[in-house]
Amino acid sequence: MDYSKLQNLAMNDNGFIFDPASGYSYTSNETGLYIMKLLAMGKDKDAICQQLMEDYEVSEDNFDSDFEHYMLMLEALGLVEF
Amino acid sequence: MAELRQNPDLSSLDITIAVTGLKTGDNPQPGVAVIRSIRAAGFTGRIIGLVYDSMESGIYLEDLVDEVYQMPYPSAGAEAFLARIEYISSKRKIDVIIPNLDAEVILYIRLQDELAKLGIKSYLPSEECFLLRDKTKLATYFPPRGILVPDTMLVSDVSQLISNKDNFPMMIKGRYYEAYKAHNFEEALKYFYEIESRWGLPIILQKLIYGEEYNIVIVGDGEGGVLGMVPQKKLVITDKGKGFGGVVIKNPELDEFAAKVISLFKWRGPCELEVMRGYDNQNYLIEINPRFPAWVRLAEGSGQNQPAAVVLKALGEELAALPPCKSGTLFIRHAEDIITDISVMGEVSAKSELIRR
Repeated sequence: MDYSKLQNLAMNDNGFIFDPASGYSYTSNETGLYIMKLLAMGKDKDAICQQLMEDYEVSEDNFDSDFEHYMLMLEALGLVEF
Repeated sequence: MAELRQNPDLSSLDITIAVTGLKTGDNPQPGVAVIRSIRAAGFTGRIIGLVYDSMESGIYLEDLVDEVYQMPYPSAGAEAFLARIEYISSKRKIDVIIPNLDAEVILYIRLQDELAKLGIKSYLPSEECFLLRDKTKLATYFPPRGILVPDTMLVSDVSQLISNKDNFPMMIKGRYYEAYKAHNFEEALKYFYEIESRWGLPIILQKLIYGEEYNIVIVGDGEGGVLGMVPQKKLVITDKGKGFGGVVIKNPELDEFAAKVISLFKWRGPCELEVMRGYDNQNYLIEINPRFPAWVRLAEGSGQNQPAAVVLKALGEELAALPPCKSGTLFIRHAEDIITDISVMGEVSAKSELIRR
């Protein structure tokens, strides 16, 4: 899986994300931004799950389905490649 | 240590710069943005606005130009054009001219020697180079050299539209201005007659490329290199297709494509590339406009003062490449009413000139 595009995104703490390569901008909620920053840092799914469970009240089952959905959305936006 | 690139400082220049294209509004011309950029470089000398119409809105801005002179339309011919510039020069010596309208640039190129005798300098491409970027030539010059251009056909007769009736939607364009997406033959016919009445023949019929459009303002050095390059993605587009908002992007692949275009035909001076990034992940060259775009203020605002660079290059000064632009810099066009006295319009209409200071 290729997350390299995420490393070039400009993300601010309000959830505004700008892709300087395409000129597109996006908004994300707090959790989405949190995950995106971890992905951009090169963390894998397991590491992100671990950190999310420590910082938020979330079960592994819930994380799994939400994470898959989120990744599909990022793929549809052309920000990650499977 | 890397050389620190700097923007031109025009604060010590005591010269007169003439700029054309002062209309803003729904189809804005670049002149006002060019002047604002030059002033932003510290220029305190004299600026002359050369206008074709007394309703060009930049005339009425209090702090924009010092003098205004009405010019004959380029269609009146080189003789009338030069005679008018000679008259203006007799009243006020002009040092540099920056033409900003497609239809007039060729005249300024052809009259360069005559203008030089009047002490007027410019920073423009050769005529050969200028003609290569004509919309009618683009599709023959660039593709054999590795730059993709959408399939293009020159149409001088309605019968040629009929023979393409199964190929719509297509883009239909005037030679100088205007471009429409024609969804079918009937729409194409309507646009054909509209464009013909305004800009004459031939009409350009171009294959539609599905993708994302990007625009790049460039100052070429005439030797295949660029002094500056700022790419933007339009964020606000009017119903006339004009970008009224945009953001500077950073895309090395697009930069490389644009640099290759410039290196191939050694453009000298300002230009704007229109590039379509197709959904097939290929870059297509759509148009090369032979002057600054109306959004050139974004270049200055993002850290690269291209109009100021053109002034210095016109004066023959050596200039290193401009500083890099800052991606994420945004522009939004804002229209405002100018309140003035009708006598200002009367002055331009009756005397074809206006001396503000």
